[in-house]
Amino acid sequence: MRSRRLLLNKIVLILSTLSAVLGLVFLSWILITLFIKGISSLDFSIFTNDLVDGGLKNLIFGQFFMALIATIIGVPLGMMAGIYLREYGNSTYANIIRDLSDIMMSAPSIVIGAFVFAVFVAPFGSINGWAGSIALAIMLIPIVVSTTDNMLSLVPKELREAGIALGGGKHQVILDIILKAAKVGLTTGILLAFARIIGETAPLLFTSGTNSFWTTDLSNAFPSLTVSIYNLANFPTDKARDLAWGASFILTVIVLIINLIGRFLTRDKG
Amino acid sequence: MAKELIMDIKDFSFKYAGAPKPSLVDINLPIYRNKVTAMIGPSGCGKSTLLRALNRIHDLYPGNEYKGEINLLNLETDNFENLLEIKKENEFIALRQRVGMIFQKPTPFPMSIFDNVAYGLKLAGIKDKNIVQEKVENALKGSAIWDEVKDRLKESAMGLSGGQQQRLCIARAVALKPEILLLDEPTSALDPISTGAIEELVSELKKDISIVIVTHNMQQASRLSDYTAFMYIGKLIEYNKTDKIFLNPQEKLTEDYVTGRFG
Repeated sequence: MRSRRLLLNKIVLILSTLSAVLGLVFLSWILITLFIKGISSLDFSIFTNDLVDGGLKNLIFGQFFMALIATIIGVPLGMMAGIYLREYGNSTYANIIRDLSDIMMSAPSIVIGAFVFAVFVAPFGSINGWAGSIALAIMLIPIVVSTTDNMLSLVPKELREAGIALGGGKHQVILDIILKAAKVGLTTGILLAFARIIGETAPLLFTSGTNSFWTTDLSNAFPSLTVSIYNLANFPTDKARDLAWGASFILTVIVLIINLIGRFLTRDKG
Repeated sequence: MAKELIMDIKDFSFKYAGAPKPSLVDINLPIYRNKVTAMIGPSGCGKSTLLRALNRIHDLYPGNEYKGEINLLNLETDNFENLLEIKKENEFIALRQRVGMIFQKPTPFPMSIFDNVAYGLKLAGIKDKNIVQEKVENALKGSAIWDEVKDRLKESAMGLSGGQQQRLCIARAVALKPEILLLDEPTSALDPISTGAIEELVSELKKDISIVIVTHNMQQASRLSDYTAFMYIGKLIEYNKTDKIFLNPQEKLTEDYVTGRFG
């Protein structure tokens, strides 16, 4: 009996270890391939030339700029909604909103792209950077809602009561105390949400499109690193494919760095 | 009503939102001015619930039901006013400035030591920097924490020890010059030395402020308080001068509790 149990334990241990190793093998395979192919196609001119001259400068800027505009649109909306859900909403109505927001979080990103195309591209007749930013903002909002909701729920209720007991109104206590207490968590959440949207392709594919030239005008087709990776990878020349590898490498490094900063912030707190 | 009272609780009952039965039934309890009143009783007896009714902090959560009267002396008109009739936001704010509260766990705000004490003053609409400075300093001195923090007023309050944080919270409440201070088991999260400091502070504060303290610690109640109320399952069983409650209780239940036979 005892030996059977020990055997079973060993089998489960071996199987779960193998699964973990298998996952890590693929992850390192991706990263190593990316590193080798990416690094070999990297040279400094990539950062100084626009796509039209065989570089990525305008694409990197464009991707950041659209994600930044999306953050400026999405963070206030998402945070206010999150504050409403945690601090004011204890009704069925609030619970429905919370559920809808969670569903939005797992909505296929291509669907969000299609929706924004129908509403912000088709009526104006051309793809544009605003539409790209809005599509990214729509992806961002539910993430920020849920982060805010969760982070505020970690603030002990005694802190709210202490604020009220000093003669504060509910809104003053939220603005002056609760948000401050949740500051680190909220910053991290926003950073991770930013990292999430900066690597998106599908919402941009037919909203912002991409642009080979340098531009800061969001009313035109706007340079996008991810959409250009998609285009370049389908290009028949080796040079284009190398550039796609280089772009993928840079994108991965950017996302990795933002994630690491996020991790670092939370660890600092604990 | 006798004017040596600051508060007079009459036929007070309280039911939490959604609860089948009231948590407090027909409480009658006087609170004497510039005295310490202790509320003791086993867990779940309703002593904290009663304390939290005295500044209406229960109203943070909707749907609770109050019955009866809690009369608070208005020092300006010398009349008692029933604080259960308060409905407007600005009246609540005024009430909480008159009736301060300290919680079981220290609740420093995530800001500097100075700003913690200044926050209540800011809420009360005091803007003059010199006045704020002076009031903060006096409050910290009056709460026996000035010497420990005077060189680090700009540092975060989160870096203080638990006992210091609790005294800071008392300073924060005292800065508003409340008439009553409610203490909800203020030392149960603290070590004996910090507890001693808080107890000393409470005895000092009662010169100016009437104090109501909920405690699990009967030695603390007997050391600190002038009057003691013993509660059991939502009812006030016995109320008297503290030495009477501890040395010569009238009720069997009180005697069993203070002698440690149950609790």
